[in-house]
Amino acid sequence: METNDINAQRNEQWRADLRATKSPKERTAIPRVEMPQLDPQYRITCNEEVNQGITAEQAVLEASRCLDCPNPQCVTGCPVNINIPKFIKNIERGEFGLAAATLKETSSLPAVCGRVCPQEKQCESRCIHLKMKHQPVAIGYLERFAADWQRNSGQAEKPVMAPKNGIKVAVIGSGPSGLSFAGDMAKRGYDVTVFEALHEIGGVLKYGIPEFRLPNSIVDFEIDGLREMGVTFVKDCLVGKTITYDDLHEMGFKGIFVGSGAGFPRFMDIPGENLNGVMSSNEYLTRINLMGAGHGGETPVLNGKTIAVIGGGNTAMDSTRTAKRMGAERVILVYRRSEEEMPARLEEVGHAKEEGIEFMTLHNPIEYIGDETGRVRMMRVQRMELGEPDASGRRSPVPVEGAIEEIPVDLVIVAVGVSPNQLVPRSIEGLEVSRRNTIVVNEETMQSSVSDLYAGGDIVRGGATVILAMGDGRRAALNMHAQLSGN
Amino acid sequence: MNKIVSKEQFSANVTKLVVEAPLIAKSRRAGHFVIVRCGEKGERIPLTIADSDTVNGTITLVIQAVGESTRKICALNPGDCLTDVVGPLGQATHIENYGTVLCCGGGVGVAPLLPIIRAMKAAGNRVVSVLAGRSKDLIILEKEVRESSDDVIIMTDDGSYGQKGLVTAGVEEVIKREKVDYCVTIGPAIMMKFVAKLTKEYNVPTEASLNAIMVDGTGMCGACRVTVGGKTRFVCVEGPEFDAHQIDFDELMMRLKGAQ
Repeated sequence: METNDINAQRNEQWRADLRATKSPKERTAIPRVEMPQLDPQYRITCNEEVNQGITAEQAVLEASRCLDCPNPQCVTGCPVNINIPKFIKNIERGEFGLAAATLKETSSLPAVCGRVCPQEKQCESRCIHLKMKHQPVAIGYLERFAADWQRNSGQAEKPVMAPKNGIKVAVIGSGPSGLSFAGDMAKRGYDVTVFEALHEIGGVLKYGIPEFRLPNSIVDFEIDGLREMGVTFVKDCLVGKTITYDDLHEMGFKGIFVGSGAGFPRFMDIPGENLNGVMSSNEYLTRINLMGAGHGGETPVLNGKTIAVIGGGNTAMDSTRTAKRMGAERVILVYRRSEEEMPARLEEVGHAKEEGIEFMTLHNPIEYIGDETGRVRMMRVQRMELGEPDASGRRSPVPVEGAIEEIPVDLVIVAVGVSPNQLVPRSIEGLEVSRRNTIVVNEETMQSSVSDLYAGGDIVRGGATVILAMGDGRRAALNMHAQLSGN
Repeated sequence: MNKIVSKEQFSANVTKLVVEAPLIAKSRRAGHFVIVRCGEKGERIPLTIADSDTVNGTITLVIQAVGESTRKICALNPGDCLTDVVGPLGQATHIENYGTVLCCGGGVGVAPLLPIIRAMKAAGNRVVSVLAGRSKDLIILEKEVRESSDDVIIMTDDGSYGQKGLVTAGVEEVIKREKVDYCVTIGPAIMMKFVAKLTKEYNVPTEASLNAIMVDGTGMCGACRVTVGGKTRFVCVEGPEFDAHQIDFDELMMRLKGAQ
């Protein structure tokens, strides 16, 4: 959304009238809404969504906290620059459908982003309320409210579709970047086919993020919406293996978007890491989220009484909380820095603590020890302290000499990050790939070194967020459209 | 959904299925595998491709019923469908004219070995195949192997067919009688371990095709990791074939056992 448009829309009469209904003082005096949540003791027994969503009354009141500032910084904090004041003010005046439509102008997956975006680091971190020492407007909760309201209203928004232009474009991967690209191109009249390697559509939204944080039904609703817009989904098809990039050309595809994600799990390369019972968070979460292990699926998953999860990101939090729900008695999060440096969302850290996850910060595993059958039984952890800031700006952890502890465990989940999956990039001749195995693109257009190939999401960024991936998909769609339509 | 075109029972627990998968039939090469799923709640099972027919658009899978999922797949009949078949996965076998290639397969390992035997033969190699099984009815695909081999030695544990003895006896017999330039082995991990040990003694470069535990088969889960030359590798994307003299077979066997 351009700043000029945002200002022009702010000047519309209804917005001015709405602003006049309450003074800024009245607005800032209203306390921030609290997200209704399932009780921790109950929620660890099931897979139900923890955050229950706010009611219409709560949403209208929360929306009225927004001052509708003349220079809304929240918009600049949003990676896709959603017109945040406009959607919030629509909620305040009770036009929930218009609020949802405003979100959809910029974001193709608002119900997803309203749940998984780190708003506290993005839009909400720029809210004017913070400058006045108040809590920021709950933009994320409001986003989720508007998107959920529309989904539940039965009046699904019919997107404005350009006439079909008969041009075929292919999408490799059905995660957030691919879905957002597909939606935007379908709206522009293209004939879009999405190729997915797995047997389910949705990528990380399905295999990675657990049901209690993002229900699959939410993702499926968005996918069904794309199907209604004419997007074709092909499952079990690995581009680069089942069909090649050249095959796509032969099939008549004029443009290709790669959103194949960062699916390659990292390990720490320490002794005992290949013992049974030591696995990547990708494996653990995929078995449970995608394959239904422990929930009626035939895929097995190892269980443990004491489970250690290594890492401090959202995936680590998801793994600890999943382990709790799978019946672990004791779940220990082992992170080498302090809680302050944890990349996980504050909300996830809070939820994990409420659910009884033990935090063992400033510790790093150095070895796993197994029994005679090869099953892990013990981890040796090294105590750390914080030293000088490293390249990421965070203080780097340094081992405290001699401070080594042994802790009995029977399952270890390694959640120390992922690398881009090289399968697709390696299969395309002439494609420029970085040392980190990401696809190199022009950051403005998302075009790669191969002119008809665009890319976005984690295959370009190496490991980012749903909203950034989605933004990449949108930008790639805009620029590929310009290229294909000759504008 | 991939339809089963025909079925053949090799033995009580070993079944051959010919499955419609036109794109895979076209793109697969020797050494590749697929992941199949049977039923909406089914597991993803890696299976090596034994053969393909690009005209009819089918691939051939040979499955040993060892667990619930493989038993379910083996119980399917022509006309039934596999819910999902994805592939071809993994790296294809490196094929070149080495001179004399010894192809050594045990049990159902002979099925994925067959396309390698054929490709090695087509590349101009002299191919000597050693097939091994516990007893006569567990020796599979003998006719097809003979068609592409210059010589075939059959070994059975109980002596019910061919020579009595372990696969290594057959391998050693060949290495002692003629110069072997390259060896490919596919079978149970324990068998490959001892074949590798033997060929290392004789300095015969050897490739082993590993059947590890996998979920996605595309590099995402890391369940298939194996130590090769002291480094952790992923069987699904870097394998399934590795230098047999560098593989930590004991770790592989431990991991296979632990997943049961």
